[in-house]
Amino acid sequence: MIPLSNYLILGAILFCISMAGVFINRKNLIILLMCVELMLLAVNMNFIAFSHYLGDTGGQIFVFFILTVAAAEAAIGLAILVVLFRNRRSINVADLDSLKG
Amino acid sequence: MLDNLHNVNIAIVAAPLLGAIIAGLFGGAIGRAGAHTVTIIGVAIAFLLSLVMFNHVVIQDAGIVSHSVYTWLVSDGITFEVGFLVDKLSVMMMVVVTFVSLMVHVYTIGYMAHDEENWPEGSGAGKNSYQRFFSYISLFTFSMLMLVMANNFMQLFFGWEAVGLVSYLLIGFWLKRSSATYANLKAFLVNRVGDFGFLLGIAAVLMYFNTLDYAAVFNAAELQKDLVISLWPGTEWSVMTVICILLFVGAMGKSAQVPLHVWLPDSMEGPTPISALIHAATMVTAGIFMVARMSPLFELSETALSFILIIGAITALFMGFLGIIQNDIKRVVAYSTLSQLGYMTVALGASAYAAGVFHLMTHAFFKALLFLAAGSVIIAMHHEQDMRRMGGLRKYMPITWITSLIGSLALIGTPGFAGFFSKDLIIEAVHASQLPGAGFAYFCVLAGVFVTAFYSFRMYFLVFHGKERFRDAHHGHDAHGHHAVHEPHETPWVVTLPLIALAIPSVLAGGMYITDMGFGNFFGSAIQVLPQHDVLGQLAQDYHGPWGMVLHGFLTAPFWLALAGVVTAWLLYMKYTHVPALIQARLQFLHTLLEQKYYADRFNDWFFAGGSRGIGRLLWQWGDVRLIDGLLVNGSARTVGWLAAVVRHVQSGYLFHYAFAMILGLLLMFALFVIAG
Amino acid sequence: MTFEQILFYAFAAILVFAAGMVITVRNAVHAALFMVLAFFTSAALWLLLEAEFLAITLVLVYVGAVMVLFLFVVMMLDLNTAPMREGFARYLPVGIVVALLVIAVMAMAVGQRHFGLEQMPVPVPHGADYSNTRELGLLLYTTYVYPFEIAAVILLVAIVAAIALTLRQRGGTKTQNIAEQVAVRRDDRVRLVQMDAEQRK
Repeated sequence: MIPLSNYLILGAILFCISMAGVFINRKNLIILLMCVELMLLAVNMNFIAFSHYLGDTGGQIFVFFILTVAAAEAAIGLAILVVLFRNRRSINVADLDSLKG
Repeated sequence: MLDNLHNVNIAIVAAPLLGAIIAGLFGGAIGRAGAHTVTIIGVAIAFLLSLVMFNHVVIQDAGIVSHSVYTWLVSDGITFEVGFLVDKLSVMMMVVVTFVSLMVHVYTIGYMAHDEENWPEGSGAGKNSYQRFFSYISLFTFSMLMLVMANNFMQLFFGWEAVGLVSYLLIGFWLKRSSATYANLKAFLVNRVGDFGFLLGIAAVLMYFNTLDYAAVFNAAELQKDLVISLWPGTEWSVMTVICILLFVGAMGKSAQVPLHVWLPDSMEGPTPISALIHAATMVTAGIFMVARMSPLFELSETALSFILIIGAITALFMGFLGIIQNDIKRVVAYSTLSQLGYMTVALGASAYAAGVFHLMTHAFFKALLFLAAGSVIIAMHHEQDMRRMGGLRKYMPITWITSLIGSLALIGTPGFAGFFSKDLIIEAVHASQLPGAGFAYFCVLAGVFVTAFYSFRMYFLVFHGKERFRDAHHGHDAHGHHAVHEPHETPWVVTLPLIALAIPSVLAGGMYITDMGFGNFFGSAIQVLPQHDVLGQLAQDYHGPWGMVLHGFLTAPFWLALAGVVTAWLLYMKYTHVPALIQARLQFLHTLLEQKYYADRFNDWFFAGGSRGIGRLLWQWGDVRLIDGLLVNGSARTVGWLAAVVRHVQSGYLFHYAFAMILGLLLMFALFVIAG
Repeated sequence: MTFEQILFYAFAAILVFAAGMVITVRNAVHAALFMVLAFFTSAALWLLLEAEFLAITLVLVYVGAVMVLFLFVVMMLDLNTAPMREGFARYLPVGIVVALLVIAVMAMAVGQRHFGLEQMPVPVPHGADYSNTRELGLLLYTTYVYPFEIAAVILLVAIVAAIALTLRQRGGTKTQNIAEQVAVRRDDRVRLVQMDAEQRK
């Protein structure tokens, strides 16, 4: 008998790991994108856990949409990344500061 | 019949206005002759139609004509309209105004004839100035007629402001001369002070009577006389007193009473015809006329009457003193105008409105005459105004000489001349008055007689008799001797004709109308005097016709004072010509006091002008530059800039910084949620 | 400890381990592979939660498509990872501290106290004839049909955007100009000439 809180805490841990990933890999854009995917995964975990424990399939529908959007986001993000690399020969976040005044 | 008269009224004001518009807007097209022809025709029409009204209202005594022409607007039950009230008071003013104006129009042709080449360097008035001048004086006539013919306060105020405006335009006629622009600004500003009081007075009338119509206000005045108003907490003022004093403040500005007199002497910067028309004969009398018109109100406040009496008395005497030391021929006449206006005001204060208005009329004739004569002298002397460089002009310009003599005799109140009747009436009225301050006023007007006689004949002797000093003046300047001396010669007929035309009423108008205007019920219902104030009624008991008054005049103090003044002037300026300088040296401080015009100008410059500038500078530098610009406008900009400079460090441009901030925010929110939940 | 619990803790441990490796390994290819592991374990956990359809979808879509895309990109780009790991050690403590703090706070929010078995009892498992896919399909094509359409549009836009972003014209490639082909006229191609017959010499 696994309580709901276990899944939720697992989601929280997953979320925090990906958050820490954003901090420590703050220069590698690819890893950053992966961290974002991980975060979404953590959120999905919560959705599905609640959906199961509350008996409401709507939560799973949400996950479905999140997956859709995340896939689209990953596709576009990687496309941007490719274009960026093509233009600047780098995906180092520290180099991407042309907006800074 | 009445409808025709209504149209006559409209025509009276429309004719000069039309002339002014044509001469002013199409001056370039119609030329000089066109301009003076059209304006003179306009004013002549106004004069003749005024005579028609005079015939109807006075000679046939067919009752007053009052009608409204146009309703401007109706707001909250109060009607603002243009309307005409022609009763005996206004019809007399109309005749005087249009007559003097007509004379001045004719005279101006001669005076301004050589305006382009004759005036001193740098005093040019611009292109088509001749036409402009005629346009202005016609416009003035229109304004003054609107003022005197008004049947409501609104239109009175319109005319009041319009004459002020035209006065401003005319004083500054030589718009390149800095003293002229200074003088017109000064006249305008001083009049603003008076007009402010006047406007407040009208506002008070509107507040308490809820109408601006003369008849309605005068009918209701009796009911309002016990009302009190609390101007500031803890004081109670009679409403009538407040209204009357406020209205009189307006009159003080327009009629140049102390302390708002300072603009009038300076207004002599304008061309002489203007001095005659505006600053002697008509505009300055607007205040007198207004108080006479408001007699039903003023009668209800003895406080206001006393105030008027004292102000008038001070003006009459002390402005006369200033005339003594002036060397500019026009300024002497200007100060005599101030003094005479003081006399009229005194008459009003003593409730002898009829005497005041009567003096207004006679004064209009002889003061216009004196001014035009002075102008004639100025023309002859090629625009030299200093009396010390004149003298002996009698034989060169006989008409100007004789008319000036008539004017001066009328001014000093020689028995038989017009000024005698009106002035003697005023003096007697003040003597009979029981109001507080009447004793002081009586002393002032009596002393004023001597002063008037003295400065008038000082001017007369200096200009027309004695050594021909204009020769010395030119010898001094010119090495080629007598070739440079301009022999003065009599001025052309357009100048002398008005002099003669004005000389006639200056002699006759007094005797003709003293019976009616002074003692009779000439003005009828236009002027109302309470029985307890009716000094003229008391005097009428001892009145036995004009000849009796003339004969009696030789026995009274004013005559002997006037005679003493003339003799003193003769002694000092004809016989012992070195004495004036001696007196001046002895009484240096007195002379300086008079020279500085009692320091009124200095005080105004220092206190009001300087004070306003000081306040302006304070508000500018502190209020505007520091507070608004510095603190509020630039201050907020600076604050935003400073804040941005601080906050911009947060905007590092690094993604992880933003992410970190986001996470921190999330953490805080979570913590809050957990702690609260 | 029941079998279910053993499964849960085992998979949870693998998931946390895989996630930790994703963010710490030096090589991006390895990171992507650990991501795949994380997705697999997540799918397993979702199966425990009776979300079979989504578990399969996760494996198919994420492992099969998204992560492969990641791998492609990583391998396609000639990355120099050394400068990108600058400050890794410096920020590691900060990251760990912040992560622990957030975990602590979150655990307080979602811990046993609020979401324990008392508050949220385990629901009765579904029978053998239960179809998660069917349930989702019923909802998706009725209540959520409109968002579903929008999701499709989003995916389309993503495809177009990704292609538009990365497409580039290289010199030397031969391509058709459709517009020119369509706009061609007879006279451009065929020229009719009339000439006299020539006599053979």
